[in-house]
Order: sequence, then structure tokens, then C-alpha cells
Amino acid sequence: MSTYTLLGALEIGLIFSLVALGVYISFRLLRFPDLTVDGSFPLGGAVAATLIASGSDPFTATIAATVAGACAGFITGWLNVRLKIMDLLASILMMIALYSINLRIMGKPNVPLIAEPTVFNLLQPEMLVDYVFRPLLLVFVVLAVKLLLDGFFATQTGLAIRATGSNARMARAQGVNTGLAVLAGMALSNALVGLAGALFAQTQGGADISMGVGTIVIGLAAVIVGESLLPSRKLYLATLAVILGAIVYRFFIALALNSDFIGLQAQDLNLVTALLVTVALVLPRLRQRNAGKKGG
Amino acid sequence: MLKAQDLRLTFNPGTPIETQALRGLSLEIPSGQFVTVIGSNGAGKSTFLNAVSGEQRVDSGSIEIDGIDMTRQPVWVRARHVARVFQDPLAGTCEDLTIEENMALAKMRGQRRGFSFAVKPALREAFREQIATLGLGLENRLSDRIGLLSGGQRQAVSLLMAALQPSRLLLLDEHTAALDPRTADFVIQLTARIVAEHKLTTMMVTHSMRQALDVGERTVMLHQGRVVLDVSGKEREGMDVHHLLEMFEKVRGEALDDDALLLG
Ligand SMILES: Nc1ncnc2c1ncn2[C@@H]1O[C@H](COP(=O)(O)OP(=O)(O)OP(=O)(O)O)[C@@H](O)[C@H]1O
Ligand SMILES: [Mg+2]
Repeated sequence: MSTYTLLGALEIGLIFSLVALGVYISFRLLRFPDLTVDGSFPLGGAVAATLIASGSDPFTATIAATVAGACAGFITGWLNVRLKIMDLLASILMMIALYSINLRIMGKPNVPLIAEPTVFNLLQPEMLVDYVFRPLLLVFVVLAVKLLLDGFFATQTGLAIRATGSNARMARAQGVNTGLAVLAGMALSNALVGLAGALFAQTQGGADISMGVGTIVIGLAAVIVGESLLPSRKLYLATLAVILGAIVYRFFIALALNSDFIGLQAQDLNLVTALLVTVALVLPRLRQRNAGKKGG
Repeated sequence: MLKAQDLRLTFNPGTPIETQALRGLSLEIPSGQFVTVIGSNGAGKSTFLNAVSGEQRVDSGSIEIDGIDMTRQPVWVRARHVARVFQDPLAGTCEDLTIEENMALAKMRGQRRGFSFAVKPALREAFREQIATLGLGLENRLSDRIGLLSGGQRQAVSLLMAALQPSRLLLLDEHTAALDPRTADFVIQLTARIVAEHKLTTMMVTHSMRQALDVGERTVMLHQGRVVLDVSGKEREGMDVHHLLEMFEKVRGEALDDDALLLG
């Protein structure tokens, strides 16, 4: 693989590590199986690309995309908490609703960003080429997000959200408004996904209505790969693991796509991901069963 | 102070599995009193405690805690006044959080939670001192996940957690039932100590007649969703397990007669 491909894989891996952090918050911390992600990722892209294309400042556009993601997550949470719709179903409803909403926002199936400014080319110093600078900037963004998350989940409010996911009955008995905690956690999770979508659109030359397909599976794959690379229940290690998982996962995909002898093409990506997640889900159980056999 | 008046609660009303769990239960507990609650399986003890904590809404009747009407408040609002220890040691703590994080959560029970760090060094020291009083050697394991502790250890920590933030009412529902006899004994001693130390108004459900008479200052028996026996003071002091069992049988017999009459 060339340096160019490697840096490209790192770049996308870093962007998807934001998705993975979001998925970690919903699936692991809140134990809320949330498929909204498949809609909030393109939502972030759509909002950012549309705003930038209409002349907005890319930073404002990126923040707007993050807020839009938060709103999507909030609504999914609300469907579940207030309307008592089953969590998975609530997120599926939100996901398909977002398909229409995203089309409305963009007004067409895709919004290209070619000559428009992005957060990347605005910040890029003279001496660095774009494909080196983008992953570099993303490393800082992802690290900052990670540290902020670690900090937040160590605060009283963050602890209340974690307790809600771990043992809601106990959390309520300690005076935690668990409904509100779910709303906040879901908003935070999808805000990160919206941010990822906005950054993705700005690195990939625009937003596309189908850019969200399979986001959730990629996010989950990253979480699972990360957890098997670096198993730890400590939060700061777990968030690090999730980020590493997203990057490693992306490298594998790049490797698979670039090895002629395997003969994989871009359209096989989702199949590869699904297989990878299946293996990652089954492996620990197989290992456990074997351990059990040896013991017994 | 707790004032429960004419509480009624029916599960699955209008269906073949309809159960009248509370049938006009009234009970007043003055501040600082330690009440033990007994009654046969299905008498409505847990349902009553759940009604007081807010986990179950009653169909009718009213619940006042320290003069505040709580009948319609959700659990998390009542938590400002009510602390609980559950029967299941796993239910009262968050297994994914560390011991100190669990304690920090309980320390803020019913308070506004902000954005300052939950476990600060000063707080950790305070926790260390408090948990050392348990004598379980947990003071050096504050940053261990609480899921790693045994049921008895977790129950002891739960009790400690219940007392970290002042409360008007402490609810204990068979909180020693899942423990081996020695650990159960330890947790009961600890309960008596913590309740006395903090002068907590307490309701403790137990299936052990011995426990019911040994700890606390008043014993209440529930049957079919009502209070059928209420002893305290001199009368209770003179009582032994035998007495209590007799009364227990008598009440059940009478209730059966009532039912027989109704059916006949
Ligand atoms: N969630 C529920 N749904 C339906 N019925 C219930 C529910 N909870 C309790 N009941 C019924 O209400 C009655 C009272 O139950 P409760 O759990 O309060 O009894 P208890 O006195 O705590 O008994 P035990 O000593 O076995 O714990 C029982 O007949 C029980 O089957
Ligand atoms: Mg019970």
C-alpha cells in the first residue's frame, strides 16, 4: 500500500472513530441499540454540505451539523422514553424519517463540495499537503473529543448517565431522572455521529444521500474490534480502544480492497463488515465454550 | 415521618389473574422510629415498600413523607427523601461502576447533579474512612468495579451508600435474604448501627421472626394487603418468637375464616 492509501485509511478511520465513540455511548454505556446513526451520519453531512455550498462558514456549518445530530438522537430517545416505543424500533423509525429529511435538506440526492472552503483547507498551513494535514487535524479533533468525553463521564451528570445504562432501577432510587439521562446520552451520541458526517462530507468532496448506509455496522465493528484489541472496563481505556478499533478496522478494509489477489471491490465493503462483526461477536463465545470444556 | 393512608393497589385488574396486593393499608411511622415488617409470602410487603418509594403507583390512598404529599411523585423525586436497599445485592449497586463511583452516585442522591467531577480527592478520603468502618478491607479497593465484590460485600456497601446522604426514610426489603447466615448477621448488625448513628426512620421487611423482634422498636405484620398486627413498647418487649408465630398463625386462620365466610 502506498503512503497515500495509508493516510487515506487513517483519515477515514479517524472520522469513523467519532461514529464509534457515539455507538459506544449508545450501545455500551446506555445499552440502547441505536440505529439512528445510519440517518444522523448523512444528516451531519447534508447539513454541513448544504450550508457550505450556500456560502456559510465551514466551522458554523460543522457545528450546525453536530447540533442536528444531537436533535436526531434526542428525538429517538424521546420516542422511547416518552412514547414508550421499543428502543430498537424507535431508532429505526428515526432512521427512515431522516432519509426523507436529508433529501429535503439537500434538495437533491447529493451536494458536491469541490471548490468550496472546508474546515480542512481553511486551516491547512502552506507547508503541508492536504492528504497529510487532514489526518493530522483529525488526530487533534478525535483526541480532544476523547478527552472531553472522558472528563464528562467522570462528572456527576456523566456518572448519572452511565448509571442509567448500567442499572436504571438503582439510578432512579438515587434520584437520577433516568428518562432525561437517556435523552442526554442519545443526543450526545448522535451529536458525535453528526460531527463525523460533517467532516466526512468535507473530506470526501460532498454529501450523498446514501453515505449513511451501513454506518451503524461500521461503528459497531470498530467498537468490537477495539474491545478485543484492548479489553478494559476503565472508561478512558475503553474510549481509546474504540478509536483504535475504528482505525485498525479501516486499515483492514484498505488492505482488503488494495490486495488484487483477494479481488474485493468497494461494493463488497458492507459484506466484509458484516462478516467481520459476525466473527467478532461469535469468537468470544467460542473461546468461552472451549475454556468451559477444558475446565469441565 | 411516613403517613400512608388507605393504600389500595390491584395488579391486572379485570383479568383472571387480578391480584389485590394492597387493600386499604394504613400505617404511620413517626420520625426516627425503626419498624420491622413481617408477613407471609404475597402479603404485600414488597408492594407496600414499592408504593412508598414510588416504583408502584397506588390506585387510591395517599402517601406523605414529612408532611409532603408524595402519592404522585416519580421514584427519582422521592429519592430526595427515601433511601433504599434492595433484596437482590446486585440491584442496589451499578456493577459497571467502581466502588467509589457508586458511593459518589449515592452521595448525590436527590441532589442537583452538576458538571464537577464526581469523585474528588477529598471525597475519596471520606469514602475510604467510611468504608473502612465495615471492616471488610474494602478501603484499598475503592477503584475496583463493584461487580467484583461478593453479594454480602455489595449489600454492606449498599447500606453505607444509603446513609451517605441524609434521608427521611430508609426502606429495607429483605436485604439479608440472599446472604449466608453469618454475612446476614453482619449486615443486620450493621443496619442497626447505621440506623442508630443517623437516627433514620426505617422500615425493614424480614422473614425472620427473630430479626423482627431483635432489631427496631416496633413490629408490624401485613396480611392480604393490610396491617393486621402492630406491636411496640412493653407489649413487644415481652414477646418472643413463639408468641409472634402464634399470632401469625391466628391472623392467618382468621383471614381464612373470613374468606370461607365470603365464599360460603
Ligand atoms: N408486578 C406484579 N404484577 C402482578 N402481580 C404482582 C406484582 N407484584 C406483586 N404481585 C402480587 O401482589 C401480591 C403481593 O406481592 P408482594 O411481592 O408485595 O408480596 P410480599 O409480601 O413481598 O411477599 P414475599 O414475602 O414473597 O416477598 C402477590 O400476590 C403477588 O403475586
Ligand atoms: Mg417481597
